[in-house]
Amino acid sequence: MTNTNMARAQLAPGEQTIIEFNDVNKWYGDFHVLKNINFSIKKGERIVVCGPSGSGKSTMTRCINRLEEHQKGTILVDGVEMNNNLKNIEAIRKDVGMVFQHFNLFPHLTILENLTLAPIWVRKTPKKEAEEMAMHYLERVKIANQALKFPGQLSGGQQQRVAIARGLCMQPRIMLFDEPTSALDPEMIKEVLDVMVQLAEEGMTMVCVTHEMGFAKTVADRVVFMDAGEIVEANEPHEFFDNPQHDRTQMFLSQILNH
Amino acid sequence: MAIEFKPSPSLPPPVNSVGAVAWVRHNLFSSPLNIFLTLFSFYVLYLLIPPVVEWGIINATFEGASKAACTGGGACWAFIGVYFDQFMYGLYPSEETWRINLALILLVILIGTFAIKAVNKLYLSIGIIVIYPIIAYFLFSGGVFGLEVVETSLWGGLFLTTLLGVIGIVASFPLGVLLALGRQSNMPIAKSVCIVFIETVRAVPLITILFMASVMIPLFLPEGMNFNKLMRVLIGITLFSAAYMAEVIRGGLQAIPKGQYEASDAMGLTYWQSMILVILPQALKLVIPGIVNTFIGLFKDTTLVYIVGMFDLLGRIQAATHDSSWLGTTIEGYAFAGFVYWAACFGMSRYSMRIERKLETGHKRN
Repeated sequence: MTNTNMARAQLAPGEQTIIEFNDVNKWYGDFHVLKNINFSIKKGERIVVCGPSGSGKSTMTRCINRLEEHQKGTILVDGVEMNNNLKNIEAIRKDVGMVFQHFNLFPHLTILENLTLAPIWVRKTPKKEAEEMAMHYLERVKIANQALKFPGQLSGGQQQRVAIARGLCMQPRIMLFDEPTSALDPEMIKEVLDVMVQLAEEGMTMVCVTHEMGFAKTVADRVVFMDAGEIVEANEPHEFFDNPQHDRTQMFLSQILNH
Repeated sequence: MAIEFKPSPSLPPPVNSVGAVAWVRHNLFSSPLNIFLTLFSFYVLYLLIPPVVEWGIINATFEGASKAACTGGGACWAFIGVYFDQFMYGLYPSEETWRINLALILLVILIGTFAIKAVNKLYLSIGIIVIYPIIAYFLFSGGVFGLEVVETSLWGGLFLTTLLGVIGIVASFPLGVLLALGRQSNMPIAKSVCIVFIETVRAVPLITILFMASVMIPLFLPEGMNFNKLMRVLIGITLFSAAYMAEVIRGGLQAIPKGQYEASDAMGLTYWQSMILVILPQALKLVIPGIVNTFIGLFKDTTLVYIVGMFDLLGRIQAATHDSSWLGTTIEGYAFAGFVYWAACFGMSRYSMRIERKLETGHKRN
């Protein structure tokens, strides 16, 4: 473990591949949802994944922490292959935070307990230390004064910020966002995006499924466009938006930008 | 220049929509049908209450040594008084009944201790679940510290009813949780075992299970090996209600949104951590009414042990009504039994409502 860490440290930052998809295929029954996905993400990169619904963008993201199993190909996360080895999966999940469309906070626990649950039980952090860390992250998402409330007493935007803080409490190396603003009222989207922009500026590796193109333009290192289970195009934001290569990408962009 | 937006102030509701008179008007006399139903109900109460009060209190006899003493024409509560000890303790030797009372007082004290904040709840729970039953067992059956041995065949009355009910409830609940989780599990063998168990046990009447426990199992056991009938009946009752419990809890598990499972998986919690910390607390809270329903059903079903020759509260009352000096007291006996069962079940129901209120965190489901 220590050896690999040292080997990692010697690589120049930004050069080290942290997530790698090799010929990944996945089916739901007969439905071929991911087709030959080949893609790699470097440490510290911010990837925005977009595409029409049913294109497989959420599924691809959820394969990274194996909320979904793929049937063919390999996925390497932090050098560990995601297969049926439960120990590998649990180890990777410790290092990969995830934020969901519907927040998925635990309604029977207070905000503070939501944040400290995983550090205490998975990382075995002492309770007091975990609480201090939780308060630190709650302050970062500007919600520390709500720590003792229950999720049901918070607005959608506040809940999603709590969910981001909950992910950060595990001090992950990668954060996955699965349509984090899609279930929010328009007035609350900005407060969540602000937190995500701040996180991106600090160098967190992020994979974000979203249709917030403004966010993609300002934050993403690369934008990935998917359709029908394939990666159609992946490019730097200004190339992607100003000079899309594929007809399909052009059509998608014209539909979501000109309304 | 922008105009500042000021929300209008909230006003109090109109006076005639609050208070007792408004309540009566709204709930009792709001429409012709409602007026009719209200008056009809009062009439039925007028027909019922005076005769019952007359029979049960005004004309009742509270003391006496036999039915002959009851001359008032009302209820003969003297019967209950004379047999009270037997109804409570069965044939447990009367000079030893302090042991049952002591065990009960001990339990009340232990549970009461939960209210004290400084006490470690975990140790207290272990004390109640592990250590208390051992103490209670030796208190009840004796044989240690010079306590006289009391055969379980002498145990009876409300004591036996409570014993069967409480042990059945305490043992069937965790078993039910395990069966429900097993039925939801991805492991094919665990899953099929749970399904077969639940479907088989639920498809058989409790009486059959009790007969099997008391009559058939001894036939199959090797010569000389004999374990207690009470024990066998208890196991039968526990397995029976665990199957029902499992299905109630499964309903709760299915009501938990998939996102809760995914969020706890994504955090790296293990299966048991995510069940115990995230899923079960929510699922069990949802199905408290169903769980209490099963408990109440189990508590009342314990009367069926009468069939296999054990005299619980109802059994003892029924036996006592056959006493030749108390013939004709069946109604009093059943009224008493009904009241005791009602009080116990009503208590359980109120307690469960209190727990529900306590666990309410004002959350919307997501």
